[in-house]
Amino acid sequence: MTTTTVEGLVPRMREICGAANVITDPLELRTYECDGLTAHRSVPALVVLPATAEQVAAVVTACARAGVPFVARGSGTGLSGGALPHRDGVLVVMSRMRKILEIDPVSRRAVVEPGATNLSVSKAAAPFGLFYAPDPSSQVICSVGGNVAENSGGAHCLKNGFTVHHVTGLEIVTPAGELTWLGDGTGVTTGYDLLGAFTGSEGTLGIVTKIVVKLMPLPETVHTLLAAYATTSDGGRAVSDIIGAGILPAAIEMMDALSIEAAEAAVHCNYPPGAGAVLIVELDGPTSEVETELATVRALCEAAGATEIRAADDPAERALIWAGRKSAFAAVGRISPAFIVQDGVVPRTSLGAVLARIASLSEQAGVRVANVFHAGDGNLHPLVLYDDASPEQTVAAEELSGAILDTCLEHGGSITGEHGVGVDKSRYMPKMFSADDLDTMQLVRCAFDPASLCNPGKIFPTPRLCGEVPGHRRAPHPAVAAGLAEIF
Amino acid sequence: MDTERALVPHIRDALTVACPATRDGVPSDAVAGVVPALVGSPASTAEAAALLAAAAAHDLAVVPRGAGLGLGWGLPPTRCDLVVDLQRMDQVIEHAAGDLVARVQAGTTIGHLASVLAQAGQQLALDAPAHATVGGVVATGTAGPRRFRYGAPRDLLIGLTAVRADGVVAHSGGKVVKNVAGYDIGKLFSGSQGTLGVITEATFRLHPLPVAVAYVTAEFGAAQRAGATAAVGAAAGSALVPSAVELDWPGGSSRPLRVGVLLEGTTAGVADRAKRMSELLAAAGGSPMVAVSPTAPPRWGQLPSSSMVIRATFWVGKLSGVLDAMVAASADAGVRPAVSGPAGAGVLYACLDPRTEDDAAARFVQGLRERLTPGSAATGPRGSVVMLAAPAEVLAAVDAYGPVPGAALMRAVKDRFDPGYRMFPGRLAGGS
Repeated sequence: MTTTTVEGLVPRMREICGAANVITDPLELRTYECDGLTAHRSVPALVVLPATAEQVAAVVTACARAGVPFVARGSGTGLSGGALPHRDGVLVVMSRMRKILEIDPVSRRAVVEPGATNLSVSKAAAPFGLFYAPDPSSQVICSVGGNVAENSGGAHCLKNGFTVHHVTGLEIVTPAGELTWLGDGTGVTTGYDLLGAFTGSEGTLGIVTKIVVKLMPLPETVHTLLAAYATTSDGGRAVSDIIGAGILPAAIEMMDALSIEAAEAAVHCNYPPGAGAVLIVELDGPTSEVETELATVRALCEAAGATEIRAADDPAERALIWAGRKSAFAAVGRISPAFIVQDGVVPRTSLGAVLARIASLSEQAGVRVANVFHAGDGNLHPLVLYDDASPEQTVAAEELSGAILDTCLEHGGSITGEHGVGVDKSRYMPKMFSADDLDTMQLVRCAFDPASLCNPGKIFPTPRLCGEVPGHRRAPHPAVAAGLAEIF
Repeated sequence: MDTERALVPHIRDALTVACPATRDGVPSDAVAGVVPALVGSPASTAEAAALLAAAAAHDLAVVPRGAGLGLGWGLPPTRCDLVVDLQRMDQVIEHAAGDLVARVQAGTTIGHLASVLAQAGQQLALDAPAHATVGGVVATGTAGPRRFRYGAPRDLLIGLTAVRADGVVAHSGGKVVKNVAGYDIGKLFSGSQGTLGVITEATFRLHPLPVAVAYVTAEFGAAQRAGATAAVGAAAGSALVPSAVELDWPGGSSRPLRVGVLLEGTTAGVADRAKRMSELLAAAGGSPMVAVSPTAPPRWGQLPSSSMVIRATFWVGKLSGVLDAMVAASADAGVRPAVSGPAGAGVLYACLDPRTEDDAAARFVQGLRERLTPGSAATGPRGSVVMLAAPAEVLAAVDAYGPVPGAALMRAVKDRFDPGYRMFPGRLAGGS
């Protein structure tokens, strides 16, 4: 490895990507200083916008040879600082690679470039009666490559699973700059499931350049119910009863009074006035199944003490119900100068206890918390509201956020359900995992990126020094000796 | 073979201190013909860790074993000093019914787990033999017909505890379904066949047991391959949400084909969907005999007892070409495979008669691989042909795996996890 400064790479990057696609102007570089988590900022030394997989490979090769760190960025909507640039490194922006390369409606597969937006895949599939299931709230702008990096979920992942369940092949550029495929393109793996391990690795194991995704048939029928409750614990009882009845809805979402107030102010979603909580339950599938389930769900919602139930049977009504939920993060901006979004997960059965604990922590700290959550899978998104003009409030809000994650872990949960660890939550990793657990994860990191140049400083609080591989081989297998195969 | 070395008394003593239930290997412990010097049966993750640490200290080659069902599938170990038998670790540690999650020890059988979960009306939505262990199922990536809807073990696994080759205990994931904290080591161990470490505990997401099930079958005449192909495509692409879409073609080209679809749901819903699925299959062409039954048709999800199993994966839109390739490769090699599997999920197994000549089996595998040549450099791979099970001589002569995408990275992972190449040495291959 030679050591070149990042400035020294500029001529080579211009050769690879074209001069117009290499950004060195300090003002322009600043526009890339953060992703969706604006609390962390770092201006990259250089930004490149490659247009092909080969260009990405050449960019990474140049970085690897020079010992310069690099970070990939999709649409920059991530909420954990996973795409936070390295100030002495190259930011590889994937937004020019946004083509839907192929749709095979009979195989129900699409091949897309990483910069393609999540929603553009479903739009391209719609004429065939198909859709791409993972649906993060940012799906209008977030990129499929970013979804792969974060293993993104969305409101409907309760039933349909996460990105990792819908990706059947990946072309990646390894941190050494080599183009390779992971998986055989069908989703059935031979040997270690690198496809699965790569998905959700937050850009630390390489850069995705092509993605094969599953498409699903559009559901025959969709019904959305909105049930209003006096308290979140009443709503939580409905959730438990629905799951207990053996029904797996497409989505179960809940909002508390404060987040309803914010959503109402922002999008006038006209939720039942005075509700302490609203529950949104969406059922989809074959008509005959959904009709049966709908009757059960409605009865269970009533039995749990719903003060009002609304049903949306057409897309316009459904959109109105979802508008409040999907706008929630942005909406709290109207009722608070600043806020922190958390992403902790708890076992569904602990929701009531955890919400009560959050309420008491919030009261003690004198910091308001609006709760919006994927109730079906126990993924909380507490929005910690504070005034960033006040240093005391800022500290209190950060402490409260940490205490909320501690509570999630005490209940056997996770520090992040879908936003990723990034830079934001790496300090909490030792609370969830032992030193040995983290060391084991970093063995994977060392296998892919021994020089630690690919999105360094993310996920792990303390980087592991990879060192040399102390491997020694035994006598070769006959097929190896015959040059037929490589065996281990 | 280094087995002699393991019999040195102080090595056996060290292993027995680590794990009291350690004994000499006997012929019935043989792994693909290789008899281990010792068999250790840890009762806990801690004992397994101590055993692996002792094995590391003495440079022993280790093969993890559950029920042993998958050990004959694949390449034999190049050496085997110690078998780590997980069958004493057979407890369902936690079944959180309200959370649809279960944490189980690796030696728990699928059948025992199913009986525990059924008490709460729940299931692990995997089709695997009742006496297989969950650790074995994860390590081999075993999945049957319902792969179509629920995926493979990797799709249901949400947490893992494993002991590394050096004896270090590692956890990943957790006991919540939605969790993206850290790398997913569970994925890495899925399909690892014991070559990275010993799985000691696994946590799964569960599903409710369906109230009603229906199997819709369509029998096509031997000349109606096109109809069967269309029926698989139509079923797999329908909004009727099948749980499985199987093709069964016993005896190859001159025999009839059966398309089988499993529907799971409510009583009324399943009845309605079965009726509509029947119409869909009948409309695929080829005038099939269509039937609906609450019980599985013969051979459902079962491979013929055979010592040679070849797996082809593909994009389901190419099924017709896959069947053509099966016919042509069979004719060239002079074999008559029974072809069956979750075709709707892009998987078929070709099973050869155990008496098939070695070179005929090799020709069949190669012929299939050449004809399917899925994908290109531009599109990437679109499938694979892998010889999963065969006598050791055949596996040694054939490139059992063919080109494996990412093989260099797999090797790099192996180098890091097991630098001494002591975990099931020789088992896994990455084509060059």
